[in-house]
Amino acid sequence: MPESIVRILDVAIGGLLMGGIYALIAMGLSLQYGVARVLNIAHGEFIMLGAFATFTLYTVLGINPLLTLVIVGPIIFIIGFFLHRTLFTRLRVSAPNPDAYAASSMLATFGLLFIIQNIALLAWGADLRGYSYLNFGVSLGGAVFAANRLVTLGFAIGIGLAFYLFLARSRIGKAIRAAAQDPTTAGLMGVNINLVLALCFGLGAVMAGLAGTLLSMRIPITPNMGLNYTIIAIIIVVLGGLGSIPGSFIGGFILGIIGTIVAYKEPSLSLAAYYFIFMLLLLVRPQGILGK
Amino acid sequence: MGITTLRSKKSWIPGLTSLILLAVLATLPLYGSLYMVILITAIMMYIILTVSWAIFSGPTGYMSLASAAFFGVGIYSSAILLPNTGAVLPLLVVVALGGLISFIIALIIGIVTLRLRGIYFAIFTFGLVELIKQVLLFWEIKVAGTRGRFIGLVDNHHIFWTMLGILVLLMLTTYLIRRSKFGLALQSIGEDEEASAHTGVNVTAVKVITFAISAWFMGAAGAIIATRWTYIDPYIAFNPLFSFMPVLMAIFGGLGQIYGPILGAAILAYLEEVLITTFPYYYMLSFGIILLVVILYLPDGLVGLIRKLQRRVLGGQRANA
Repeated sequence: MPESIVRILDVAIGGLLMGGIYALIAMGLSLQYGVARVLNIAHGEFIMLGAFATFTLYTVLGINPLLTLVIVGPIIFIIGFFLHRTLFTRLRVSAPNPDAYAASSMLATFGLLFIIQNIALLAWGADLRGYSYLNFGVSLGGAVFAANRLVTLGFAIGIGLAFYLFLARSRIGKAIRAAAQDPTTAGLMGVNINLVLALCFGLGAVMAGLAGTLLSMRIPITPNMGLNYTIIAIIIVVLGGLGSIPGSFIGGFILGIIGTIVAYKEPSLSLAAYYFIFMLLLLVRPQGILGK
Repeated sequence: MGITTLRSKKSWIPGLTSLILLAVLATLPLYGSLYMVILITAIMMYIILTVSWAIFSGPTGYMSLASAAFFGVGIYSSAILLPNTGAVLPLLVVVALGGLISFIIALIIGIVTLRLRGIYFAIFTFGLVELIKQVLLFWEIKVAGTRGRFIGLVDNHHIFWTMLGILVLLMLTTYLIRRSKFGLALQSIGEDEEASAHTGVNVTAVKVITFAISAWFMGAAGAIIATRWTYIDPYIAFNPLFSFMPVLMAIFGGLGQIYGPILGAAILAYLEEVLITTFPYYYMLSFGIILLVVILYLPDGLVGLIRKLQRRVLGGQRANA
């Protein structure tokens, strides 16, 4: 194959590999913002918690990083669920209108961000941490990719699809979609709205935590890593259309590919490119690609 | 409600108290210690950021997270015009210019973005801070070949007086806006933007101008405080904390009254100083906890708390005053 085609393929697959994790993170935020109406600025902190939990379980107890998925998931779910039952439910009930709740809950998540991040700093220190797992090359169409990147992409897509099927097919999924459309009417139809919203928040946190577990297999981690992923998630959610889970899934891959292309040309500008796309998008089409 | 309080019989009391306070503050460098001067400078900086945030976001309800952007633009103006190799322009000109650049940027951003409502506006303004930071970082490393900049030393007393000057100007502006038709128009936008437009208010112009005025003060404060920090880079200048702090301080103090944000900023700025020196590792943690407690238990801030206590003490006599 000619050199240029190999390079294009290289960049495209690289973007796809990043996009899988982005999609997972964004689907989580989409659940929290689209249904529970909490624009969770601390979303990335759950990614960081998942990453550090896996790092600790693997380096201290020697548990296989992929196995930690089933340990990290439930723990993060419980944290997220109880946060919503205590903090956000209280805020929602006392807010005079939905706009006031959107503002106060977002501010509260800023508080959470500082609390979680600084507890992690105290517990793990500010250094970059990492471990080596499945770190060998696999050749794909001429380009070589690390095996851990391919495995994490597979798991990210698998987890994403499982959540999608859960929302689309199960009874609880139906209640969640009802709550997303109109919480008040859903409540009148017998949906336990506080429970469903807490469930959504918890599940959103789980997706972030699992994404963190997957991320820790391929990049070095630090307690400060969260905010960048939160911002990426917000951009994707706006890109895909607020509350649209498939939109977030597709948006994750789009942003992953754009990010890899920019990083290939000029690595230090990839974050700036994300913001630029995002701000352009907010101005031109605030409802997103799949939004109504 | 705001008008009746202003025209009450005892309206000379706040004026007199402000004058006495101003006299005490202005002469502080003559009798206070250097530590005192530096501490009060930092507190005044936070008051300026908070009150100028509240000028726009208080009445309109648009939550701006762009404070750090305007503040940072001021800081960078100082870094470029007052380098340690020799000042290009006099200090006060740089301060005014730092404000002016922020003012112009705010005008442009305001025109483009103020049609975004609610949470979108907050996200956009937050993204703005990060976008400017990333682009500057790229420019510093790739184009200018530097990482940060050193700023020429300025006497601490001069910094103090300049900061006080900006604060006085800000208080006068706030007072004038509140008393004018312009302030009423601003208030009506917060109550109901559409109704306000129908009564003949040029909604966009009022919003954009107020946004730009608040940006001038943030930029000016950034320009003067930069001379105190002496070294800056994009991470220091565009720290998102300077977007969150004004919001927290204003909400902590209470947005209902003009003195709420001042009170909130003064108390939290002092607390920050104490926490940073005594518990540097727990400082951000306690900041997060305070934020949560305030949102949960003090939705109307200290002002709301004071009113509640007042009502209880006076046995409800002035409940509807």
